[in-house]
Parts: sequence; structure tokens; C-alpha cells
Amino acid sequence: MPDPLLEVRTIDAFYGDFQALFGVSLKVNAGEVVAVIGANGAGKSTLLKSIAGLLRPKAGDIVFDGEPIGATPAFAVVKRGIALVPEGRRLFPSLTVEENLLIGGQSRRPGPWTLDRVYDLFPVLAERRHLPAPALSGGQQQMAAIARALMSNPRLLLCDEISLGLAPIVVRDIYARLPAIVAEGLSLIVVEQDIAQALKAAAHVYCLQEGRIALQGPARELTRESISAAYFGV
Amino acid sequence: MQWLNVILQGVLIGGLYAMFAAGLSLIFGVMRLVNIAHGDLIVLAAYVALLVTQALGVDPLTSLLLVVPIMAAIGYALQRGLLNYTLGGDLLPPLLVTFGLSIILQNGLLELFTADSRKLQAGAIEIQTFQVAQGIWIGVLPLIQFAVAVAVIAGLQALFYKTALGRAFRATSDDQAVAQLMGLDTRHVFAMAMALSLAIIAIAGVLLAVRTNFDPAIGPARLIFGFEAVIIGGLGNMWGTLVGGVILGVSQAIGAQIDPGWQLLAGHIVFLAILAVRPQGLFPKVPG
Repeated sequence: MPDPLLEVRTIDAFYGDFQALFGVSLKVNAGEVVAVIGANGAGKSTLLKSIAGLLRPKAGDIVFDGEPIGATPAFAVVKRGIALVPEGRRLFPSLTVEENLLIGGQSRRPGPWTLDRVYDLFPVLAERRHLPAPALSGGQQQMAAIARALMSNPRLLLCDEISLGLAPIVVRDIYARLPAIVAEGLSLIVVEQDIAQALKAAAHVYCLQEGRIALQGPARELTRESISAAYFGV
Repeated sequence: MQWLNVILQGVLIGGLYAMFAAGLSLIFGVMRLVNIAHGDLIVLAAYVALLVTQALGVDPLTSLLLVVPIMAAIGYALQRGLLNYTLGGDLLPPLLVTFGLSIILQNGLLELFTADSRKLQAGAIEIQTFQVAQGIWIGVLPLIQFAVAVAVIAGLQALFYKTALGRAFRATSDDQAVAQLMGLDTRHVFAMAMALSLAIIAIAGVLLAVRTNFDPAIGPARLIFGFEAVIIGGLGNMWGTLVGGVILGVSQAIGAQIDPGWQLLAGHIVFLAILAVRPQGLFPKVPG
């Protein structure tokens, strides 16, 4: 068994005095898609923020490609090859679509993703490249947020609730592009409230409940009953 | 004819006010920091230019080749070493710290250079004028000042909308956390913005010191002119800032023509009137 690409080892994370994560551990192998599911406030976004370097865990280690990154600030984590698609998309409103993508490519990591390649993946963005980001529809904004993250040529892509607030048909459309992204050799962590979508996309599933891992296993081995027990804690 | 001359003088000095304002507006736009020491930094730039001209025997405009990088370096260091620690959430800490900085600068300059008035000598160019029409005269130096101001504003505009650094400024201004996720070290981005602001201050300070006497205590009044130009023009609009500076300059020139004691008062009254009628300024940034 080769070493995993990312290993989160029993981290505790806090917002001020409030503890959001309790001893959470997680592994992602190269080329693997991992889903993290859980109810609102279970700590999913906190986990991604800790990995991306926006939040420094108080205890535990985060090891990426053999190097500890738990204390590395976000701007340096990107340069090592981890990109986050933040919850709510958070494009830069005063920048055009193309400027948003260029900012994503700002870390200048070499790799397959260029402006042309992300436009091939999401042709609608090419048509609207000169519009201000807020002029896009919700689904297009989500595509732009994913494209922006890809522009840094990450080895690990973190997607925080990319289905949030989007019509089911748009969500299916976006999820349909994920295999093309993974085919470039990326690993993926998707955080979802949409359990069916997560189970379909991922090989391995972690379920968070109130800051703790309540259940984990290969997606095809988990039963609906065990998931709903872990999800709702009943 | 006399009034036309007066208005023309006002327009030309407005360029100088716009340069006081541009650096202030840039810093507030990128990091929501109100730099109370801005005026004193203008005076500091004038003293740095004084030292450079005396030490090297060059004229003030040539001294800019040294004063601009020196001030930019001071700006970068000031941001990384001090002001970055005051940022984050609340507007008050940077306000208090730059207020303190203002006092330190004024008293430091007083210790070093005494309260004597100084001036930078630019030679014959200071008094050269030419006649554009019957009875209308333009000074070469004020014209150079205005042309430099237009060039600085145009340069800033191009930098903001055409370069990677400008993109980084706008992205950081929009959303600091996400900017970091894109690989931007916001501490560095802020320091670059402050360096740019002080580079503009250097140009403004030298042009001010060629035009008029300066001493360690004149900074706060320049800060007020800068503020007024920004507010009149509308926050976040560089060309609006130039118009704001011109309106302020013309108001002061007209006030001074009516009665020399009314120069500053007239500027403040026009500022207050515009603030009362259009608190968002004449050309506010269109919401994105």
C-alpha cells in the first residue's frame, strides 16, 4: 500500500472557544474520490478549511505528500497543490469571469489546466469570459469556481457543497464533468449534503456528526440505514 | 480675464490635490485602512527630497528617481512591520495607529529639521510662464504638476485593470480569505499597495515642496485636502478623484480671489455642500 496523498491525523479545530472538530482523521489516496457527508454544522466545511490552511488545527497533523502542512498558511498550501472550491462559490465580484480564472492560475503551478482547457471543460464560460462574475447564473458561477480552482493545477481538489442552491439538472451537469477532472490524475474530496450524489461520485465515504467521524467505509459497502444513523445520530 | 486665470490656476493645483487623494483612496480601497498619517508622509517625502537634493546637488524633479523608490520601500516596510498587525475586522485600530504615527512623524521631523520653513529650489522653471491667449497665462510648473497628476491617475487606472498586480489588489479587496486560497499572500499584497501609495506620495510631496514652503506641521492640512478630493469625486473612482481635486482647487482659487482669507474656507464650504447634496460623491464606483 503506497502512502496516501493526504492524511489527516486526529485533528481538533476551534472557532474561538467553540470546538468544531474532535479528533477527525481521514485519508485520500492518489486518484481517489472521497466524499464527506453530514448535516449542517457537522464540521464538513471546517475540515476542508483546515486542510486548505484557512484554519490552523489546535491538535493533530495534516500530512500532504509526506510533508506536514497543518501550520502552513493558505496561500502556501495552494502552491503545494491543494485547491479549495469554497462553499457559496465566492467568485470575486469586481473581476470578470476570465480575471477570476487568471487569479486562480496565479500560483503558476505547471500542469494540464490552462485557460483553454478549462474553457473546453466548461464552454459556457468561454462565451461569457468578459462578463463580471455576478452576471453568471448560479450554475455557471459554480462552474467558474471549479475552473478557477483547477487553474492552480492542484493534485488534490476540495469541493465544498457544489450542489448548494442549484437545480438538480444543473447539479447533474456539474457532477458529469468530475470524471473528466479526475482523469487528469487529481484526487478529490467532495463535501455534500446530497447523499445520493456523494455516494455515486465517491469511492470512499466519511460521515461527520457534530465534529466527529460517525461512519466511514467504501461507498458501495455502506447501507442506507447505517448512513442515516450516522447522519442524524439516531 | 482675471477670473479665467483664477479658475485655470485652481484647475492646475487640483492635480496636486488629486495626487494627495489617489494614494489615500488606493489604500482604503484595497485594505479598508484610513491612513491618518498620509499628510505627514507627504511632508516626510518633501524632507527626503530636501536631503537628496542637498547631498547630490540635483534638482528636485531629478531627485524623484531616488525619492520614489525610497518612499516605496518605507511604505512596504511600514505595512509589513506595523500596519498589517492592525488590520482585521475593525476600522479603529489602524485609525489609532496611523494617528500615532502622524504625531511621531511630525515631532521626529521637528527634532531633525527644526520648525524652519524649507523649500525645494527648481530654478528658472519655477517662474516660467507662457501666454495661451490674450491675457491668459499659464505657469510651466503648475502645468507640469497637472500633467504628472493626469499621468499618475491614468497609470493607476491601467495598473488596476490591466496588470496581474491590479487584479490581485481588486481580488483582495473583494474577499481576503478567498484571495489567500488563490495563492495570494495578502500581507504582501497590502504591502505592495502601501508601497504604491507612498510612491505617489513621493511625487506629490516633491511637487508640493517645489511649489510652496513646507515645515513639519503642514501634513494634516494636506490630509484634509486629500480626503475632500476623494469624497467629492466618489470613493473608488480614480478619475472622479481627479475631478474632486480640481473642484477643490477651483473653489479655493475663487475664494482667495474674493478675499485672501477665504481660500481654505471656500474649499471646505464647497466640500460640505457636495457632501450634503451627494454624500456618495459625484462619481461613485458603480456597484459590481
